[in-house]
Amino acid sequence: MTDVAATALEPEAGPRLTAEERWRALRTVSRGDVIYRSVLTILALLLPLLLVLIAAELVVNAMPALSKFGLGFLTRSTWDPVQGEFGALPLIFGTLYSSLVALVIAVPLALACAVFLTEFAPRWLRTPVGTLIELLAAVPSVIYGLWGIFVLIPLLRDHLWPVARHVLGWIPVFGGVFYGPSVLAAGVILSIMILPYIAAVSREVLLAVPPSQREAGLALGGTRWETVWRVILPYGRAGIIGAVILGLGRALGETMAVTMVIGNRHEVSASLLQPGYTIAAAIANEFAEAVSDVHLSALFLAGAVLFLITIVVNALARVLVWRVARGSAVGSTAV
Amino acid sequence: MHGRLARRLVGSTMTGLTYGAAALAILPLAVILAMLLVKGTGSIDWNFFTKAAVPFGEKGGGFSHAIVGTLIVVGLACAVGVPIGVATGIFLAEFGGGRLGFTVRFVADVLNGVPSIVIGIFAWTWLVKPMGHFSALAGGCALGMILVPILARTTEEMVRLVPNSLREAALALGYPRWRTSLVVVVRTAAAGIVTGCLVAVARVAGETAPLLFTALGNQYFSTRLAGPMAALPLQIYVYALGPYDEWHRQAWAGALVLIVLVLALSLFARAVIRAKRQHA
Repeated sequence: MTDVAATALEPEAGPRLTAEERWRALRTVSRGDVIYRSVLTILALLLPLLLVLIAAELVVNAMPALSKFGLGFLTRSTWDPVQGEFGALPLIFGTLYSSLVALVIAVPLALACAVFLTEFAPRWLRTPVGTLIELLAAVPSVIYGLWGIFVLIPLLRDHLWPVARHVLGWIPVFGGVFYGPSVLAAGVILSIMILPYIAAVSREVLLAVPPSQREAGLALGGTRWETVWRVILPYGRAGIIGAVILGLGRALGETMAVTMVIGNRHEVSASLLQPGYTIAAAIANEFAEAVSDVHLSALFLAGAVLFLITIVVNALARVLVWRVARGSAVGSTAV
Repeated sequence: MHGRLARRLVGSTMTGLTYGAAALAILPLAVILAMLLVKGTGSIDWNFFTKAAVPFGEKGGGFSHAIVGTLIVVGLACAVGVPIGVATGIFLAEFGGGRLGFTVRFVADVLNGVPSIVIGIFAWTWLVKPMGHFSALAGGCALGMILVPILARTTEEMVRLVPNSLREAALALGYPRWRTSLVVVVRTAAAGIVTGCLVAVARVAGETAPLLFTALGNQYFSTRLAGPMAALPLQIYVYALGPYDEWHRQAWAGALVLIVLVLALSLFARAVIRAKRQHA
């Protein structure tokens, strides 16, 4: 045994050492320690390496398309595998548009859930309701898609829209004939999928607000709601914005459920009722059967754009959430 | 007095609205589970678990190939992802104070947010393209890459829950640091780490996107790791988009099996983790 304490405190060694040497001996690290730490460090370094490799592989494979189409790739709408002409504007637009719809629906609901779970719910209700909301995140994407095709789309098309049309029909974003698969359907599905993430992270942010803030708000004569609205939510603002951006990141990269309900059409349309397409959905649909090298490369380039967007979005979210709960794994438990 | 009444009215209205929001948030879960039970149970019979898919028109096809495929691919993912993920988590908890720890933690969180479809095309360039064909092995590796960042963070959290007094006691007894870490700290956190693995496995078991161009899917029963393999989510995807009612029926049944698997894993793990946190 090369124990730290044992070697340092050898009785015969003791008297001959000065105080400083004894300290140094105590701090000596055994060979096992060095090996243990090195092995863990090397394994931990694989993670950053993986990130770098993914980025490199995307860039390398996207190069042919990038050099052929340049930045025009981002602004053109042609997607013609036969002629070999590719522009990703509809994909980028659809990705952002469907995610925006999801945020508009999910953010108020998720924040209300977080407030409910931390402030208003009776104690016995908090754990079960919190667990149920978190379970929404455990439902596989493909099951949301299945449900979207056979339940949500018929519900929207045959029951909700015929009624809502009389009220909303004049608004341009609800223009055109509604066949079912649409940006609206994708946005609704996405909102259900990202709600648990936003709610869970906001909840942890709200829990991290010091009790003194709450007490001060109540002591000033505020009602419980006023304390929440004027004191607690503003205090956790950075973290809540982080939670929303985290949800946005999820929505941008979501693949299967969106592919199944968005209609998969390479077209830019402002109407929520029309089909659209997203980057992730295009990769899912076309990658395995890409007809030419340039088609494949264009898909890689679209993937690189998606990768870049999600990296920026997630890094931003992390920084904001960490500001509130520094370094702790807030949100990781929401997986 | 009027102002006070109005304020209280606003307060109770908003409180009521948060109740409503919570109910509305849970509604989809209830509806989805109900639909799965209604539409799925009718198609689940003995054949469903024992037979592979049959060509359309023949009777008695099942999902056995997809169920076995999912088990194999997820098993491969664990073999790849669990050692690296858990080691990374232990590193973050034990040596993660410095700049490197910060970087790894940050990268883990960022990778956690990278779309799984991007992981899928990465696995394709590294494993499918060089090998020249789709394979279960590539699918397992893709899912393993998704496991690592999740596991790193949950493991770190679990190891951090171990009280420092335990560590100090072991060091005081003359244990070197590595033995303290492995034998005392990590073993104390073992239950938490294992349940963290279960949560992560539940998540990747339902992943479809990374398997699309790695494991690819297969209509036949196959256990060959170097060849295309079916998986439950892939089979559900194909059947849901297919034109036949019979396929849709089976897709619902497959979805029911998948969700029972996933929810059982994550509910069990959640219960254990919650108990752990309360003890710590």
